[in-house]
Amino acid sequence: MITFFIRHFDRTAIGFVTTLLLIAVVVPLLNLAVPESSAFHIPTYLVSLWGKYLAYALLALALDLVWGYCGILSLGHGAFFALGGYAMGMYLMRQIGARGVYADPVLPDFMVFLNWKELPITWYFFDHIGYTLLMIVLVPSVIAFVFGWFAFRSRVTGVYLSIITQSLTYALLLAFFRNDMGFGGNNGLTDFKYIIGFPVQAASTRATLFALTALFLALGFLLARAMVVSRFGQILASIRDAESRTRFLGYRVEHYKVLVFVVSAAMAGIAGALYVPQVGIINPSEFSPSNSIEAVIWVAVGGRGTLVGAAIGAVLVNFAKTWLTGSFPELWLYGLGALFILVTLFLPKGIVGSLAVVVQRMKGGSAA
Amino acid sequence: MNLDLTDSILYVDAVSVSFDGFKALNDLSFVVGRGELRAIIGPNGAGKTTMMDIVTGKTRPDNGMVIFDGSIDLTTRDESAIAALGIGRKFQKPTVFEGQTVEDNLLLAVEGPRSAWSSLFGWRSRVTVDQVLETLSTIRLGDLKHRLAGSLSHGQKQWLEIGMLLAQNPKLLLVDEPVAGMTDAETEETARLLTSIAGEHAVVVVEHDMSFVRALQCKVTCLHEGSVLAEGSIDAVSANDRVIDVYLGR
Amino acid sequence: MLRRLFVIFGLVVLLAGGAVRASYADDATLTLKRLATDNYADIELGIAAVAASGLPSAEAVLNALADSRLSYRSADKALFFKDASGSWIDAATNTMPAEQPSGLKPVKVNNRVRRALEAALGSMTLMAADPQKRIAAAEAVFKSRDVNTLAALESVIAKEQDAVVKRHFEEARAAVLLLKVDAPESDRVAAAERLGERGDQDSLALLGAVSEANASANTVVAAKLAAKGISRRLALLSTVQNAWYGLSLGSVLLLAAIGLAITFGVMGIINMAHGEMVMLGAYTTFVVQEIIRTKAPGLFDWSLPIAIPLAFCVSALVGLLIERTIIRYLYGRPLETLLATWGVSLMLQQAVRSAFGANNREVGAPSYMSGVWDLNGFQITYGRLWIILFGLAVFVALLGVIKGTSLGLKMRAVIQNRRMAAAMGIRTPLVDALTFALGSGVAGIAGVALSQIDNVSPNLGQSYIIDSFLVVVFGGVGNLWGTLLGALSLGLANKFLEPIAGAVLGKIILLAVIILFIQRRPRGLFALKGRAVEQ
Repeated sequence: MITFFIRHFDRTAIGFVTTLLLIAVVVPLLNLAVPESSAFHIPTYLVSLWGKYLAYALLALALDLVWGYCGILSLGHGAFFALGGYAMGMYLMRQIGARGVYADPVLPDFMVFLNWKELPITWYFFDHIGYTLLMIVLVPSVIAFVFGWFAFRSRVTGVYLSIITQSLTYALLLAFFRNDMGFGGNNGLTDFKYIIGFPVQAASTRATLFALTALFLALGFLLARAMVVSRFGQILASIRDAESRTRFLGYRVEHYKVLVFVVSAAMAGIAGALYVPQVGIINPSEFSPSNSIEAVIWVAVGGRGTLVGAAIGAVLVNFAKTWLTGSFPELWLYGLGALFILVTLFLPKGIVGSLAVVVQRMKGGSAA
Repeated sequence: MNLDLTDSILYVDAVSVSFDGFKALNDLSFVVGRGELRAIIGPNGAGKTTMMDIVTGKTRPDNGMVIFDGSIDLTTRDESAIAALGIGRKFQKPTVFEGQTVEDNLLLAVEGPRSAWSSLFGWRSRVTVDQVLETLSTIRLGDLKHRLAGSLSHGQKQWLEIGMLLAQNPKLLLVDEPVAGMTDAETEETARLLTSIAGEHAVVVVEHDMSFVRALQCKVTCLHEGSVLAEGSIDAVSANDRVIDVYLGR
Repeated sequence: MLRRLFVIFGLVVLLAGGAVRASYADDATLTLKRLATDNYADIELGIAAVAASGLPSAEAVLNALADSRLSYRSADKALFFKDASGSWIDAATNTMPAEQPSGLKPVKVNNRVRRALEAALGSMTLMAADPQKRIAAAEAVFKSRDVNTLAALESVIAKEQDAVVKRHFEEARAAVLLLKVDAPESDRVAAAERLGERGDQDSLALLGAVSEANASANTVVAAKLAAKGISRRLALLSTVQNAWYGLSLGSVLLLAAIGLAITFGVMGIINMAHGEMVMLGAYTTFVVQEIIRTKAPGLFDWSLPIAIPLAFCVSALVGLLIERTIIRYLYGRPLETLLATWGVSLMLQQAVRSAFGANNREVGAPSYMSGVWDLNGFQITYGRLWIILFGLAVFVALLGVIKGTSLGLKMRAVIQNRRMAAAMGIRTPLVDALTFALGSGVAGIAGVALSQIDNVSPNLGQSYIIDSFLVVVFGGVGNLWGTLLGALSLGLANKFLEPIAGAVLGKIILLAVIILFIQRRPRGLFALKGRAVEQ
């Protein structure tokens, strides 16, 4: 297995993982060890901002796994991201403990405000990090499993699947807006103080979170890569290109789809969990369908079916978003809209996919 | 009839199916014996492809029985279950995995574990590689094994799909218009191939090309409006007045 | 016997006003003076006396008191009130005094006084000439249940000619009698039955107040029976009302989705900018109204009929532009179309935000859109009625275009077999473009209607896009009738779920149900079957 893996490990993949590991070390160092006066110092806010980009990159990677390799265009992946985020948010809320405004040792502030007397069952055990980590993976996975099982077994494909994934995240959006769901309603969860005992706002905590995000992105990449270069990945591609042919060869297409969908949802959940402590808030708007569609464009920009491209696309688009919404807020939606149109019309393979074609051509090799 | 059932690889009895009032199959019954080669002819809309859809689980019949291998009811199973039982199908329009190489296409088809777990953690064995090489030589695509299937000619795709069918090693092959888009030489070769694999496998061929059907030298069933119009040797069927009326023309 | 005496007494007091005036002329001023005090209890008693006095000015005086227009001269306790023109009238003579009175003090009212006033006025207007006033008076008695008005009621019931007014009188009497502990049992039972026939929420409340503590067993039974009847009727009414709301929501969904039924259902284009076509229609309505407001305010009621064709044109043109520049390169690639049109939708939203601002824009309702039509407790708002009719009209018109025009014929030909249609000489790209423009234009028309019930903001379209897709998919792609049925059934389901589960939860349940439904029947209610639909 190891040898096979290495055989399939091309230069792009090695470069990507190495870069990630490098920045996981260098960025925190430049933030913590280099004095603020130095030109090489990276301010803490930038560390968290980049950490956010990397969390998005992990989400994009998860999406590319299902869309790029299996043709499942999920317009609801933001939901899994948000679910993972909420699981982490609940842990962070319970970490506040008696340090909240109402100083209730158990109940988060918003529950005291709503005059609740007891912790809802959904919040039990979220004061344990182990349980939280389990839930971060489990909740998105289980929802993806149930949803995928029904959808793929009844052969909902293509656009129909996109529409119902969108409805899924929309239904969750409405649900999380409700106060009596017990997840903070409209305001969501925020004002976090500590994570595993470390102050969330501290530069060292933020640097660590950044490094962790880079690490998890690398791990997610390796996992996704291992899946797509295996026979499993070959069958996924077969399903994407000729689903009924695959079925007539005796493959249980729905099993493959459910499996890849669940793995992808779990990755998205982890991305959300890494995102929340770095941005300091999670609220129902993370479930909004437009977020999920935005994630799709990251993948399309970078190049779907390339994994590396998805991650790069996420970082690039979000960098552009930060810059444009800061400097020319009016222009951002025009820019994003134009990006959707131009990429689908002129760059269907995305940046990385198109680069690969150019490289091939320069080498003079054939497409195969 | 019971005698037929135990001897048969495929037993289709009184199958009807209709789409929005249109009766695609109307009380269709026929039996294919083990190892038999059978040609099915008939005009467009006679129900040939629908019959294949029913056998392979793509369409459910409104009523009637479809029994495989003497005892297995096919009407309650889906495509992958039926494929796993040992029924292979070649589509009318050649359907191969265009984005993958010829070799990979065959590797995907080779009989073996099909579950998602095994595909994640299992690796190809020596046997399957041999099997792939053998199939490649049978379908004469050995030189092209690293080409993308999408870059093959129409006839080559037909061959590749037949090869995939062979690699599956099914008990029953359903072959829908295998020689469309082939040269005469290729057509002859296909007829030879299909006759040679019959015996070991049962083969049902749907074809319009009458010289090809003649070359198969097998029992012919002519369908019309969803049921069997005539059955017998090619000479008997092509001499049948009604077959001439509805299909062959005078 | 007692009752007859009562009636006679009432007749004497109330009807023989002239005689009373003649015989008690001197008492008139005395009676009025009872109001000239600061003691609320005295005023309360005085009101009853004035009401019973038969003075020509009695009604005016009591009305003046109710409106705080009544004053008295501290010196001699003479009463004056201000008339409509604001000049003082002497209550005793009901004429203008020779000189302006001075040293006036207002007669004050508290809640008890006000209640007494209402009852007194109620019984007085029971005899008004205008039947509407008599009904209003009966309703006032119904609410106050003032035992003192009973005599008056009995007398007016006896001589009332108008059946409707008489019914109100009897209901008022029933309201009084039902909870009058010393009334005869037969009267109270009859009252319960009467209220049961009236059958509204007020009657139900009155009947609910009857118990063993204040009534005989028979009365209680009668009250319970009547209450049950009312509850049943009210439940039925609320079902009908829910069905109406559901129908109304359904027609909104129909309007929002019907354009999509063309672009998505018929052409297979995933137009995520569909909601923005609706939004453009709504903004067109806004612009039309703005122009009318400044240039020709008299035409305001015509603003919607003017906006409809304009909205169609605006959205159709934008649709045409999108099809020619983007979508035509993406036919056969539905997921790419989805992304590109999402981009279009973002740009259109931002464009509208730049042009009109991010805030809601005020779109007014023409006169015929406002108002309520009450059908025996079942309320039909004209706005909803118009939208339902409009939705159906658009549906029928679209059906007509598809079935009855040459464009429709070509559309159907291209959809069924593009290559064959092209071979027949149909210019398929043109048909594609026109079909898309038609779908977009219909969305624009929907925007005119939706501007009446929703906030006109750049986000208007976003709130409809998911619902629209669900309606089309639920109804069955490629089938306008499916869209109609899908929209109406989703609307009804939503409104019947709302009272049970609450608005948001109801919506969530519905989404879950649709998701499950699509998984059961991926091709919707009216699925096309057979080989044609595969791949």
